[in-house]
Amino acid sequence: MLAETNFTAAFPVSEPVVRLRDFHRSFGANTVIDGLNLSIAPGEFVALLGRSGGGKTTLLRTLAGLDSVGGQDVLIPNSRAVVFQDARLLPWKKVWRNVALGLKGPGVRERAEAALNEVGLGHRIDAWPLTLSGGEAQRVALARALVREPKLLLLDEPFAALDALTRIKMHALVLELWRVHRPAILMVTHDVDEAVALADRILVLDAGRIVAEEHITVQRGERGDVGRVLRQRLLGHLGCEITSEHVLSAVDVGASILPFPQGASA
Amino acid sequence: MPRSTQFHRRLASLFSGHWVSPVVFLILWEGGSRLGLIPKSTLAAPSAVIGTLVEMLTTGELPDNLWVSFLRVAAGLVIGLSIGIGLALAAGLSRQGEAAIDPIMQIKRTIPTLALTPLFIVWFGIGETPKVALIAFASIFPVYLNLYSGIRGVDVRLIEGARSFGLSRAEVIWHVILPGALPSLLVGLRYSLSVSILVLVVAEQINASAGLGYLVNNARDFMRTDIIVVCLLVYAALGLGADGLVRLIERRALAWRPNLAEA
Ligand SMILES: Nc1ncnc2c1ncn2[C@@H]1O[C@H](COP(=O)(O)OP(=O)(O)O)[C@@H](O)[C@H]1O
Ligand SMILES: [Mg+2]
Repeated sequence: MLAETNFTAAFPVSEPVVRLRDFHRSFGANTVIDGLNLSIAPGEFVALLGRSGGGKTTLLRTLAGLDSVGGQDVLIPNSRAVVFQDARLLPWKKVWRNVALGLKGPGVRERAEAALNEVGLGHRIDAWPLTLSGGEAQRVALARALVREPKLLLLDEPFAALDALTRIKMHALVLELWRVHRPAILMVTHDVDEAVALADRILVLDAGRIVAEEHITVQRGERGDVGRVLRQRLLGHLGCEITSEHVLSAVDVGASILPFPQGASA
Repeated sequence: MPRSTQFHRRLASLFSGHWVSPVVFLILWEGGSRLGLIPKSTLAAPSAVIGTLVEMLTTGELPDNLWVSFLRVAAGLVIGLSIGIGLALAAGLSRQGEAAIDPIMQIKRTIPTLALTPLFIVWFGIGETPKVALIAFASIFPVYLNLYSGIRGVDVRLIEGARSFGLSRAEVIWHVILPGALPSLLVGLRYSLSVSILVLVVAEQINASAGLGYLVNNARDFMRTDIIVVCLLVYAALGLGADGLVRLIERRALAWRPNLAEA
């Protein structure tokens, strides 16, 4: 069943792959992350919920090593990979070269091909990215992330732009890839059900801090009853009073419109 | 009956083609010349122009002078494009480069190159140097402006995506920024090529003793409108050739673009 907030028994032994202590991040006067503590164990699947503009992407960028942390206590693994909401494939490189981006050594094409086979796209290895559907592009992005065998896989609303059917297939694919490769995963999502279906642990980020943490010990696929209870609780944490079906739109609508801040320089 | 309608249809479609009006124009021109309505000193007849073209080809007069002009354009372009691309890379890829280079280039943009002709003659005399220098100078800017804005316009999300996989700055430039700016570079290249031909025409008015401009000047002095028209045709062919060259490069280098990519 649902465990307590300070549950640690499942991942106590090994060193965490991610550890942030009292982490702060602000843009000018706007403090986005305010004294955040986070640790993620190897192979753990963590979902991060929160309202739009709550700092989820900012946190994920820090974990991706995209922003400098200014000497704060931040531990992130060297091997990490990100899948963004938009696949961010380079349109001028064929699919396999996108997957192989930055890889070195012999057999790069073979490695890319193996990764593409894993996501079921071995037949599009020589396609141009602009000829892919949204779901296919996102699968290529997954292959590109996993071909590096990352210790930490960061997913920023990776399925938000996909249709419902494709999204369900992607959930299954992500779980399968996670079971095979065992990276630690931090998945940002605005879909409470997605978080409940996939994660070991769910965090709710609000006002720059983690305001709630839920561990799920029930097997995936058998989470129906537990999920309903958990969902109500999480929605409560998200400050959402609606208890009925139409939940998604109330939680985080803006995030899917502008998924990424564009302040960085070329 | 079916035969004749088919014939008529074909005839009709034949006469709705794009080639009709130019041909009619040529026929009127030729007719006007033969009837003496268009004096030879005003404009030579198309048939006379073709005759002159053949003659100039066989005597080697046209190829020789074309070669001289071609070398001027080529030399000017090599210099101008190198400088333009070099400056655009420096300004596009580094903040210091931008601060140092871009303001000067924006000022330069306001000066029409051809207005510099007298100054260039004072500096470089009336030999080959001012001609090549004018072409080089004129071709710097289109390629600079387009490549620079192309580099700056590369999607930051793609750059961050690449950075998130641990690519170094040099790798990001090579795999993301330069390919992303390539379409703009080719646009700039096309403008630079056409501007170089435009400047060639004027630059060769500077006391040339060979080249297309020399032919035109000579022909003007002897009222040889046929030679002038031949040279106009050659200028047009040069322009078309330059455009075709860039299109060819585009087809090869931008095969990934949606309108060109095969599904
Ligand atoms: N580069 C930036 N410059 C200025 N403000 C930013 C920047 N990136 C994010 N922010 C601000 O930080 C806050 C959190 O943004 P973000 O992390 O994208 O939220 P989320 O992903 O949870 O929707 C927002 O108020 C946003 O305006
Ligand atoms: Mg976000």
